[in-house]
Amino acid sequence: MPEPLLQVKDLKVHFPTDDGLVKAVDGVSFTIEQGETLGVVGESGSGKSVTFLTVLGLISKKEARIQGEVLFRGEDLLRAPDDVLKSIRGKSISMIFQDPMTSLHPFYKVGVQIVEAIRAHLDISKGEAMAQAVEMLRRVGISRPEERVRQYPHEFSGGMRQRAMIAMALSLNPDLLIADEPTTALDVTVQAQILDLIDRLKEEFSASVVMITHDLGVVAEHCDDIMVMYAGKPAEYGTRQEVYYDSHHPYTWGLLQSITRIDLPRTERLRPIKGLPPSLIFVPSGCPFHPRCPYVMDVCKVEVPQLVTSNGRHASACHLSLSEKERIFHNDVAVQA
Amino acid sequence: MSATEVATELIPSGIGEREPLVKLVGAKKHFPITRGIIFQKKIGQVHAVDGVDLEVYPGETLGLVGETGCGKSTTARLMTKLYDLTEGQVFFDGVDITKFNRNQMRPLRREIQMIFQDPYASLNPRKTVGTIIGVPFRVHGTLSKSKIKSEVQELMELVGLNPEHYNRYPHEFSGGQRQRIGVARSLALRPRLIVCDEPVSALDVSIQAQILNLLEDLQEEFHLTYVFIAHDLSVVKHMSDRVAVMYLGKIAEIAPGDTLYENPKHPYTGALLSAVPIPDPNLAAQKKRIVLEGDVPSPIDPPSGCRFHPRCPRAQFPTCREVEPELTRHHRGQFAACHFPLEDRAVIES
Repeated sequence: MPEPLLQVKDLKVHFPTDDGLVKAVDGVSFTIEQGETLGVVGESGSGKSVTFLTVLGLISKKEARIQGEVLFRGEDLLRAPDDVLKSIRGKSISMIFQDPMTSLHPFYKVGVQIVEAIRAHLDISKGEAMAQAVEMLRRVGISRPEERVRQYPHEFSGGMRQRAMIAMALSLNPDLLIADEPTTALDVTVQAQILDLIDRLKEEFSASVVMITHDLGVVAEHCDDIMVMYAGKPAEYGTRQEVYYDSHHPYTWGLLQSITRIDLPRTERLRPIKGLPPSLIFVPSGCPFHPRCPYVMDVCKVEVPQLVTSNGRHASACHLSLSEKERIFHNDVAVQA
Repeated sequence: MSATEVATELIPSGIGEREPLVKLVGAKKHFPITRGIIFQKKIGQVHAVDGVDLEVYPGETLGLVGETGCGKSTTARLMTKLYDLTEGQVFFDGVDITKFNRNQMRPLRREIQMIFQDPYASLNPRKTVGTIIGVPFRVHGTLSKSKIKSEVQELMELVGLNPEHYNRYPHEFSGGQRQRIGVARSLALRPRLIVCDEPVSALDVSIQAQILNLLEDLQEEFHLTYVFIAHDLSVVKHMSDRVAVMYLGKIAEIAPGDTLYENPKHPYTGALLSAVPIPDPNLAAQKKRIVLEGDVPSPIDPPSGCRFHPRCPRAQFPTCREVEPELTRHHRGQFAACHFPLEDRAVIES
């Protein structure tokens, strides 16, 4: 088997604060293969963004206690010297963020910003880099790119800004693109365009993609594997088919029951998860989901469930037995379409 | 579409009254664009809402959907008279309130309330929750001071907040709880109409469902009428009896919720629906997509004829460029403004 592109082993990111230790990420492991799209789902504060900011080395070691391993093509990024990180970040791994309004600099022309990103890694002239920027804008579907490179971000619409961000992220042909809620700020029609664009470019550049999102619809349409996170830990990990049609974790069930569905007749009532997401300073004992779980048992309150593999790569962190999980999912959760 | 046609066609089943609670007739709202500081010169105008006829019937939920800048929030603000109309009329409970001034509006303000999108920005951080929820009582003087506290605590209980948290400040609450505070405040004066402007879009999925259920319970208990604005089409589908789709300041299509989602007639509705990601991988793979190119044109200078024609995959020229389509009837209660409407079941197979 070829070496996985990215392998994260037992990653922990803890922030010491005046109020206590914030366990933003608390034991996350996963692998991403070449050409694969991993969807990372979870609510705010589940640690999904911090996990990938750490992978990119964007969380300062002065502010956080970081443990574990982040192996990119076998090299541990957590222990890599700064110049190695710099050469990987933006070139081999690049990231696009939720808000294209704030991730482009308002004072500089869009073309100049893309040129800067390219020239940070490649030793080419400004003219050549500019030609490349124009070509990238064309490839992400911006019309009249020769004029557009000379415009400022405020002259772009939200969808176009996100396209420009994608152009910048892909201009160095990265192996891994991390998209942190790339379409949350956009309208559905623009969202569909951007997601299709990411899918298409992923094929063209044969890159791997991590899609961080809270939208279970986006994941269902665009991701191969899915990791569901809760309170800094993975709750469930599996292929798209496994997570949607054979889910093994009560938190995933809760999410599936909470969403309003456009594809089904108007259901009478949503079944939300009761309570609130936990504080990351005072994480509940045992399973962090136990105070909100409708199937809670005594063991859940004391013992932290480990992520256990049931078949292939499908894994879940829950004390319920496999047969129980299957029974509950198919009787209570799975939608009768 | 005449008013009588609407009255006989659009009333949701099970609702007896035929008089709309709110009615917009030919409503327009144009915002001037000016240049210069002292001598302001008008150099153009934004056609935010450009000729909207809309009725909201007592007890129903009317959903308003559309992309950013389509005029859905402006339409709601015209209904509540937070903006004055540039043209057209607005009726509340059969009374023409188009020309009402502040004093005349005051008694009506009790009947019309709003819930806003951002639970962080819509609550004063320096006031306690008890004070915030009690403001409507003080403004309208409906309760003596001694009774306000017990009434506020009752409201807090009603929306699922702990009444003991009366003296806490907004920052001590989570997003979902803050939205409950906003709901409690809007309910204080027992209004008849609540305009919910993106009430759940800032919230996490599990919390969204809690708030949506709360809104439904309250509607039943207090016979509320909702105007529900959201850009998330599945949320609107879940909440609404009827849904109006807006594009560039006009209504593209209006229909009972299920009809609209099963059988959209306007290509824009079809495109919007087909763009919504379906949380079911197998079904998502079967979905037919109507892809829209480009962005919404500027409302400063909207396209001629049908406003959707530059992006429409079905546009035929010169008709669509020259003739503005009227809202025409398709199925029961379904009206679409399109020269070449979609065939039945063009988007979702069933």
